[in-house]
Amino acid sequence: MNAIWVFLIGISIVFAAINGRFEDFTKSIFDAARSAVEVSLFLLGIVALWMGIAKIIEDSGLIHKLSAVFRPLVSRLFKNIPEDHPSITSITLNFLANLFGLGNAATPLGIQAMQDLQSLNKDPEKITSEMMLFIVINTASIQLIPFTVIGILADFGSKNPSWVVFPTFLATILSAAFAVGALWICRKALK
Amino acid sequence: MKTVQLLSQLFIPAFILGVIFYGAVRKVRVYDSFVTGAKEGVRVVVKIFPYLLAIFVAIKSFQASGAFDFAKEAVRVMLGAFDIPLEAISMALIKPLSGSASLGLFTDIVKTTGPDSLASRLSAVIMGSAETTFYVLAVYLGAVGIKKTRYLVPVCLVSDAVGISLAILIVKLLS
Repeated sequence: MNAIWVFLIGISIVFAAINGRFEDFTKSIFDAARSAVEVSLFLLGIVALWMGIAKIIEDSGLIHKLSAVFRPLVSRLFKNIPEDHPSITSITLNFLANLFGLGNAATPLGIQAMQDLQSLNKDPEKITSEMMLFIVINTASIQLIPFTVIGILADFGSKNPSWVVFPTFLATILSAAFAVGALWICRKALK
Repeated sequence: MKTVQLLSQLFIPAFILGVIFYGAVRKVRVYDSFVTGAKEGVRVVVKIFPYLLAIFVAIKSFQASGAFDFAKEAVRVMLGAFDIPLEAISMALIKPLSGSASLGLFTDIVKTTGPDSLASRLSAVIMGSAETTFYVLAVYLGAVGIKKTRYLVPVCLVSDAVGISLAILIVKLLS
């Protein structure tokens, strides 16, 4: 991330100089600060809401029942997660929320899943293979039906807005498969 | 499709009701549990904020400086032989960077080229199949304070490129 950050900022400064856009550049930085606050406020609400619900799941013992149900789904992909670990539940719920296009619910569940996976991590600053797999599947954004996109197409009078369902699903499945394969190859090659 | 939409709408209310009911039956002090958990949630978001700020500054300045337009032009020239609408190229480049900007661009493409045009269909599939990768990385890595990401970032970026290329290929083949 460090290299990318330096690269993006460096390139931006060079282009701002070439194009004489220093005013835009400065404005964009303050815009970014405002956006970060707005997005964080939004996150604050939904993450606190979910963590509250999650605590009830934990305290009532429901977490063990859910993990037992979800284990067969997750254990095939995530081999190094011990039986009855809370990450099984948070990972599955995050995948379900993504699958049903519930982006607002998926983010707090994903944060929870990362924290649960972190509890299994021996070196807290270094990412584990399970975390990488989890993030990569998330960025492939597998969803059954892209409601937002269909909604916009329909609003503007598309004759067949649901045409996009099949190609979108196919593209996400294939890109997820590619990403998981790429991770696997990197792990074997860079051992 | 109606069924899936209904299931999506029912998923969250049914889940929350189920959890609270189960907790109450098990004699858990659900209100106190909720508040304790929510407090933890506040702490996590505070932890994520600096990561989010850093990534937003990089992305916004990249767009404002004209570097983004240059990248778009470069990709358009490189892909000149494949006959891909310029709108779809813009979409492919903006989607991994910004969720709100890509939604705005998508709406604009549908409005100007018509909802059943090739440009709209390509943008729709890119919109639905790609994720705002930089945001996800900032939030998920920030939440646990991971510093050494090993080969995760290159894998994510290559997968994005492959995923978006696949999306374009699939739409072209099916259209």
